[in-house]
Amino acid sequence: MNSQDLPRWATAFVMPILNLLSALLVAALVIHLLGESPTESMAILINSAVVNPEGLSYTLFYASTFIFTGLSVSIAMQAGLFNIGSEGQMYLGGLGLTLAILAFDSSLPAWALIPAGIIGAALFGGLWAFLPGYLQAKRGSHVVVTTIMFNFIAASLMNFVIVKYLIPAGEQNTASRAFAAAAEMPRLNQWFPILGETPLNISFFLAIIALIIYGVMVSRSSWGFKLRATGLNKHAAHYAGIRISKMIIIVMLISGALAGLGSVNSIMGSTHYLSLNFVGGAGFVGIAIALMGRQHPVGIFLSAVLFGALIQGGFDLSLEKQNIPPETFIFIQGLIILFCGAMENFYAPAIAKLLKLKK
Amino acid sequence: MTFDDLHIGSILVSTVRNAPVLIFAGMAGLFAERSGVIDIGLEGKILASAFVSAAVAFTTQNPWYGILAGMLVSVLLATLQGYVAISQKGNQLVAGIAINIAMSGLTFVVAQYIFQQGGRTPDLGSARLFDVVLPGSAAIEGVPFIGWVYAHLIGGHSVLVYLAFALVPIVHWVVYHSRFGLRLRACGENPHAADAAGISVERQRYMAMLIAGVLCSFSGAYLAIVQSGFFLRDMSAGAGYLALTAMVFGNWRPVYTFLGCLMFGFFGAVQIQIEGVDLPLVGRLPGSLIQMVPYVVTVIVLAGLMAKSVAPKALGTPFVKSR
Repeated sequence: MNSQDLPRWATAFVMPILNLLSALLVAALVIHLLGESPTESMAILINSAVVNPEGLSYTLFYASTFIFTGLSVSIAMQAGLFNIGSEGQMYLGGLGLTLAILAFDSSLPAWALIPAGIIGAALFGGLWAFLPGYLQAKRGSHVVVTTIMFNFIAASLMNFVIVKYLIPAGEQNTASRAFAAAAEMPRLNQWFPILGETPLNISFFLAIIALIIYGVMVSRSSWGFKLRATGLNKHAAHYAGIRISKMIIIVMLISGALAGLGSVNSIMGSTHYLSLNFVGGAGFVGIAIALMGRQHPVGIFLSAVLFGALIQGGFDLSLEKQNIPPETFIFIQGLIILFCGAMENFYAPAIAKLLKLKK
Repeated sequence: MTFDDLHIGSILVSTVRNAPVLIFAGMAGLFAERSGVIDIGLEGKILASAFVSAAVAFTTQNPWYGILAGMLVSVLLATLQGYVAISQKGNQLVAGIAINIAMSGLTFVVAQYIFQQGGRTPDLGSARLFDVVLPGSAAIEGVPFIGWVYAHLIGGHSVLVYLAFALVPIVHWVVYHSRFGLRLRACGENPHAADAAGISVERQRYMAMLIAGVLCSFSGAYLAIVQSGFFLRDMSAGAGYLALTAMVFGNWRPVYTFLGCLMFGFFGAVQIQIEGVDLPLVGRLPGSLIQMVPYVVTVIVLAGLMAKSVAPKALGTPFVKSR
């Protein structure tokens, strides 16, 4: 039984939800084995991540970054490329942003400074993905392996750059100097005081805009058609006159730029300086989001919010339950990738059987 | 600038001590990938077996039980990976990454739960694996150079180090000169031809994953029981990816993969030794830049600038029996 034979509602809604529930079930089992109550933990998690307005604000703050990394992985997947390098591309994007801000934050006003930072982030992120894209297109070097390499190279390179050039004299903290106030993304709590002292900022709206552009470009434009054709069948696409190598390079540039934009929310929206390892796995979360959201803009949004909630709720949960440290959610993230990505068709035969019985 | 300044001796010794982690994992990946299954989950298997080996070795105060338990867990993970890749015909890359991420979280959580030391196991102390002292080491120790080579470069390591180095010719023989190896390669290159010749592709691939699981567990056990003497959060630090890279670098061939592992082990050793040492011409090189070298070299190799790397043809594609 092939999953393509199933109706759309089954593949687009029922199966992802069943997969997600399976992952959460395994997670619940582990939490139970750790001697904590899964239902009680779930209640704490939902309460602190969704019900409480400050918690919800944090959830959406994390989601804003994840939407960008999710989009980064998704758009590459549309072209049949598995970009594992979003982590490194976002890291480098943070460098581009920081260099732009450090250069101009004493001279430019906010309305020019913030776009400069955004452009810096997209530019550096995109360029970091260019070489893997180029090598895939022209030399056939597998983008998976090269992007893994580029993640490691990014980690070493950033370590070098931050420690050697960006730490202000006399400081111990491995971070750049703090930006001027003009470089801070406006936070939403100035309009909605109920959000409290939370870092949710207008990057969230940028993320939504990016989702809309992505949706329109991928499924409503001729470029998107070429993109998906490349992903579905390279040879047929080539025969239809699409230049595959150009497409691969452009998609990787966009993918890297999107990952780089993820740093706008984390740096300009929250910390206001570049620190070592600020990405903290957001690029890998992007893989989970792209798989769970099936590269669809609505799916990406919902998955990003779910992961935001898991991170935010997880922090609060770890304060109350000693045996459930935040790392538990790295494990759950892995489970979600396993069930929603690698075993996405796990329930297809069962659903097909049920449908047949009905007929 | 003398011999002692560069610490060439200790660089060589630590190369020999760094390499086994990569060799075991590299050979594990080689079996999996030669059968046609991408094994990007080496990292997760190393981490899981490192934790379980350390935890069991500490609890029982017996390193061998630790190694055995680590093997069990690694084989379980490899079977899960095999199930996804072979039976479910799911995405093998995704399965591997899922295992890596899940294990990075789970090992910490369980370590914290059991030992309450910030995701660390206690020091293994006497439960660490002993170092082999070659006979006559003491007698020959005084002889310049030869004594040092015999007692410290060749001798004085744990059994697992010798196992790792012995593995290379064995794997070479198995892959190229045994019936099993012929079938293995057939499944990786052209599974339909293998199927037509009466080989069960699924069974062969599961066997390859089992071997990969066993070999990979030594990598983790070595890391925890021999090299460090404890388990630490994310202690594999990319060794699985590095081993995979060594394998790609070595063109999926045992001997070249081994050379790749040695090279990476060497750079790891150099990085520690060279930090803070003034070199002629370039001055002080920061360790983070030396850390980059193996990855950059790999990208250059992958770009086909040094040698053409040719993956098994059916790598990553699930086998669907034609009817």
